[in-house]
Amino acid sequence: MTLSAHNLTMARRLANVSLALEPGTITAICGPNGAGKSTLLEALAGLIAPDLGHVRLAETMLAAMTPRERARAIGYLPQRAEIAWDVPVRSLVELGRMPYGDARAEPVEAALAALDLAAFAERRAQALSGGETARVLLARVLAGEPRWILADEPLAALDLAHQLALLAHLRRAADEGAKNRTGVVLVLHDLALAMNHADRAVVLHDGRVVADGPCEDALATEVIDRVWGVPARWLGEPGQKALVVG
Amino acid sequence: MTTRPIPLLLALIALALPLSLLAGRVWLDPASTPNAALILAELRLPRSLLALIAGAGLGAAGAAMQGYLRNPLADPGLFGIAPGAALGAVAALWFGYANSAWLIPLFALVGAGGAMALLAAIAGRTGGIALFTLAGLMVASLAGALTALAISLAPNAFAMESIVAWLNGALTDRSWREVWLAAPLVLAGIALLRAAGPALDALTLGETVARSLGVSPSRLLWLLVLGVGLTVGAVTAVAGIIGFVGLIVPHLVRPLTDRRPSRLIGPSALAGALLVLVADSAVRVLPLMTELRLGIALSLLGAPFFLWLLVKMRSGRL
Repeated sequence: MTLSAHNLTMARRLANVSLALEPGTITAICGPNGAGKSTLLEALAGLIAPDLGHVRLAETMLAAMTPRERARAIGYLPQRAEIAWDVPVRSLVELGRMPYGDARAEPVEAALAALDLAAFAERRAQALSGGETARVLLARVLAGEPRWILADEPLAALDLAHQLALLAHLRRAADEGAKNRTGVVLVLHDLALAMNHADRAVVLHDGRVVADGPCEDALATEVIDRVWGVPARWLGEPGQKALVVG
Repeated sequence: MTTRPIPLLLALIALALPLSLLAGRVWLDPASTPNAALILAELRLPRSLLALIAGAGLGAAGAAMQGYLRNPLADPGLFGIAPGAALGAVAALWFGYANSAWLIPLFALVGAGGAMALLAAIAGRTGGIALFTLAGLMVASLAGALTALAISLAPNAFAMESIVAWLNGALTDRSWREVWLAAPLVLAGIALLRAAGPALDALTLGETVARSLGVSPSRLLWLLVLGVGLTVGAVTAVAGIIGFVGLIVPHLVRPLTDRRPSRLIGPSALAGALLVLVADSAVRVLPLMTELRLGIALSLLGAPFFLWLLVKMRSGRL
């Protein structure tokens, strides 16, 4: 089901943002620091109420859904990892089942396996490295089998191999999904990762959408020059492009 | 290490309870002490049960508070409910109701309810944890200031003495009346705190993630206010201020659990019950001129423990 934003406006953070996101695709939200990327993601997840405008899931207003209905549909991963207690990894992944009120083993095991965490399940959270923690937190989102996965910089703490593995997993989720095709929205700083792995890019600048479309267009060098203020060149073949700046 | 703390704690309580019934300035020998049955039924048993109830309420409230504030140094006293209850009791004593067995706890319950209402009015709508903590601190310091005012303006020396004595919690001379008053309220409070367990687990990943998992911050806040209000309010109403139990007990129990906040509430209730039962038996047995007040004894135990905790935290081992 489509996730759409209609004229989202928040003082000093978002200005009249409208988007229609389709399931089965990976959308990258890009932009310089302070552009409003995380705010947009939180608004799409229904976690902050915009001053004006609204978010819809298919035809339903997100604000009109119960917290549990919303949580079943949308899995949200924030940028900052925060684990208050030294609990076992498995119990963190099981939290993903909370909107269903069950701790069904099957999706939990699948999420652990998908992120290469089966061997870590009984470890304590505080014994994990930064990259392992990032994978555990994403596994928590996957265990909820949401229709939409909204993740803020999920790749930042990961090494190259795990970045690629995670993107491949998100691609599988988008192509097949647990029940239906899942929609994936990622806030990404790394424009090359966005170019090579996303289907679509939305570029934000000062809270406004300044480019939206296939990555080749939305992340074209003119856009990068205009928005980030740096001269840039794309090298290489589609799917394996590298960005040279300066 | 994850063991099964509940059977262990139940076994320890089963062991400690008979000892506590026999312990006192006069050790009971059921065979030879005159009126042993009467002493047991009317004095020792209600006092021991009240110790269990008070400890269970304080332990569960402490565990829930630490989970809610995601801070191992949180204490139920932070919400201002115990100081509110104390203020109510102090008002009863100030007005000269020292001999009225019902009025002191009832005034205390009104005080606890007032503190809860004030908290909910200030912070209840938004459900923000930081605002709520600050509101709790303000309610606590307001109640503390009014209590100090009541002491300094006490109408006579007797009222002042009874206020000061009452503030240092104790279970001396308590009867079945207090047991019947506190037990249902404390049990209801513990049930509410246990109902908050899954939401407290989700809070392990922060407020935003908890909300994204479907946790309603305002529902959680209400469960906490009512749960802590009923447990701590009722305990303070019948026993005065008993500090540190809510702080110490979750720490002692946490290593025996998998550290999920929801898994800490039940064991903390049992461990709190055990701690207060043992401490109250110990103050009865200590060879002092007058019986050491339970609240003072637990603070004497609790403050050094708190310091040890801080040192341990500083060295990053917590």
